[in-house]
Amino acid sequence: MKVIVDQHKCVASGQCVLTAPEVFDQREEDGIVVLLTETPSAHLTDDVRQAATLCPAQAIWLAEQEEREDRE
Amino acid sequence: MKRIAVVGASAAGLTAAETLRRRGWDGHLTLIGDEPRPPYDRPPLSKQILTGAWEPERALLRSPQDLAHLAADLRLGQPATALDVAHRRVHLGAGETVRFDGLVIATGVTPRRLPDGDLAGVHVLRTLDDALALRAALLAGPRVVVVGAGFLGTEVAAAARTMGLQVTLVEPEPVPVRRPFGDRIGALVADLHRAHGTRLRCGTPVRRLRGTGGRVTGVELGDGATLPADVVVLAVGSVPATGWLTGSGLNLADGVVCDAWCRAAPGVYAAGDVASWHNTHFGTRMRLEHRTNATEQAIAAAGNLLGDAIPFAPVPYFWTDQYDTRIQAYGVFPPDADLRVVSGDPSNGRFTAAYGHRGVVAGVLGWNDPRELRTLRRLVVERALWTTVADAGRGRRSRLPARRPAPPHAGTDPSGGTDRPEDHARTPGPVSPLALGAPGTPRCGASPSGDPSGGRGEW
Repeated sequence: MKVIVDQHKCVASGQCVLTAPEVFDQREEDGIVVLLTETPSAHLTDDVRQAATLCPAQAIWLAEQEEREDRE
Repeated sequence: MKRIAVVGASAAGLTAAETLRRRGWDGHLTLIGDEPRPPYDRPPLSKQILTGAWEPERALLRSPQDLAHLAADLRLGQPATALDVAHRRVHLGAGETVRFDGLVIATGVTPRRLPDGDLAGVHVLRTLDDALALRAALLAGPRVVVVGAGFLGTEVAAAARTMGLQVTLVEPEPVPVRRPFGDRIGALVADLHRAHGTRLRCGTPVRRLRGTGGRVTGVELGDGATLPADVVVLAVGSVPATGWLTGSGLNLADGVVCDAWCRAAPGVYAAGDVASWHNTHFGTRMRLEHRTNATEQAIAAAGNLLGDAIPFAPVPYFWTDQYDTRIQAYGVFPPDADLRVVSGDPSNGRFTAAYGHRGVVAGVLGWNDPRELRTLRRLVVERALWTTVADAGRGRRSRLPARRPAPPHAGTDPSGGTDRPEDHARTPGPVSPLALGAPGTPRCGASPSGDPSGGRGEW
C-alpha cells in the first residue's frame, strides 16, 4: 500500500491525523496535510483507508486502488 | 439480507454504498440518485467551482473505475418518488420499482426559495448545475446581491467578491453566521467581509424581489430601500428532501427522524443532511448539514444496517472558507453558550475559542489555526469542565477571562469527569475589552458612514 495526498485539495480538517496519526500530520502554519510515511506498515492499512474515507476533501488516495484501476 | 437500496447518490449515499462493500456485504446493491451526474462533492461548489479555480471534473467524488468497482446497480437521473415500507419497495420516477431488504435514505436537502424566486437572474446553489449556472451569470460582471449570510451565503459573497464583482450581502440577523457561531464571531465575519469590500446589510429582512420583464432588477428590503441587482443569490436555508416519503409512515418531523442508531424503521436507516437523530454524546437530537457528517453518518448507518448496533454519537466537525480565512469548528454552539478565546488573538486573524454550555465545553472554534484547533477537539470529546478552560486561560496574555462565573452545576454531568472543587473556588477575572464581543465592536450594518468600501470609492 502506498499513500498519496493532494495538498492542493486538502482543507486542513485534520480528520486524517485523528484517524491515523502515525501516517499523517498537519503543517504548523496552515494545517495542510503532511505525509509522514508513504508506505505505512500493514497493520495501519485499515486506519489509512478510514482516513481516506473520512477526508472531507477527497485529498487522500491509496495506491492499491490505482493498481486495481490499472488492471481494469 | 439479499438486497439493499441506497437512495441518494451524493457524499452520504455513496459512502453508505462503499461501506457496505468494504464490510464485505456482497448482496444486490442499488444506488439511486436524482441527478444524472456521477457523484460529486458539494463544498467546492460555493468556492473553487464558482471562482473557476477548479474545472467541474475535479469535484467528482469517484472515478468511473471506482464506481464500477462498487458493483452496484446505479440508477442515476432517476429520482425516487415514493417509499412503500411494508412491501419493501422504492418507486422511481420512471414507473420502475426497486425492491429491498435494507434501505439507506440519503436524499439530502433542497434550497428554500422566496416568492418571485423564479425571475431570471435569481439563483440558488445546491447542485453542480446550479453552480455552473451561477458562475456563467457572474462572468457577465453583474451587480450581485446575496440574500442570507449563513455559511453558503457568506461563501458565495466571498467568491463573487474575489471575482471582482460588486457584492451586497443581506441578512435579517444582526450579524452573519449568527445561528452557528453567535454574535461575537459573527461580528468578526462581518469585519472580514467589509475588509474585502463586500457590502453588508444586516438586521434587515428582505421584503420582496423586484423585476421587470421577468428578470430580476433588485431586492427590496424591509426598511423600504431597494438594492439594485443583476444577479440575486438566495441562500436562505434548505429543507430536507423528504417529499418522496410522504405517506410512507416514516416520521418526517425534521427530515427523516431516526433513533440513536440512525434507524427510521426496521431495516430503514438514514444518513446525511436529511437525517435527524439522537446524539447521545450531547444528549440532544440533531440534524446536520455538514460535509463530514454525511460521511460519518453514512458509515454508521450502513454498519448498523449490517447489525453493528452502535449509537452514532459523533463530535460534529465543520468548516467554512471565505477569502483567505478558514473557520473550523468541532462540537455544538448553543446560542446561550459562553465564548472564550483559548489561544491566539482575534485582532491578528488567528485564534482558537471555546464555547461553554451547562458547565462543559460544548464546542471549539479555530480561525486560521487548524492544528491548534485539532488539539482542542478533545475538550469536546471529554466534555471538559468549562472552569478548566477558564483556568487554563490565565497567564496567557491573549486569552480572555470569563464573562461570568461558570454555572454552579458545572461538572455534575454524569459523563463530565472529575469535578474538582478548586475549579469552582476561583472567581473569574474582570471582563476584558479584547476583541471578541467588546462593547463597540463594529456590527454588520453599522459600518461607519455606511460605505463598506471604507471610502475607497468602489461603489
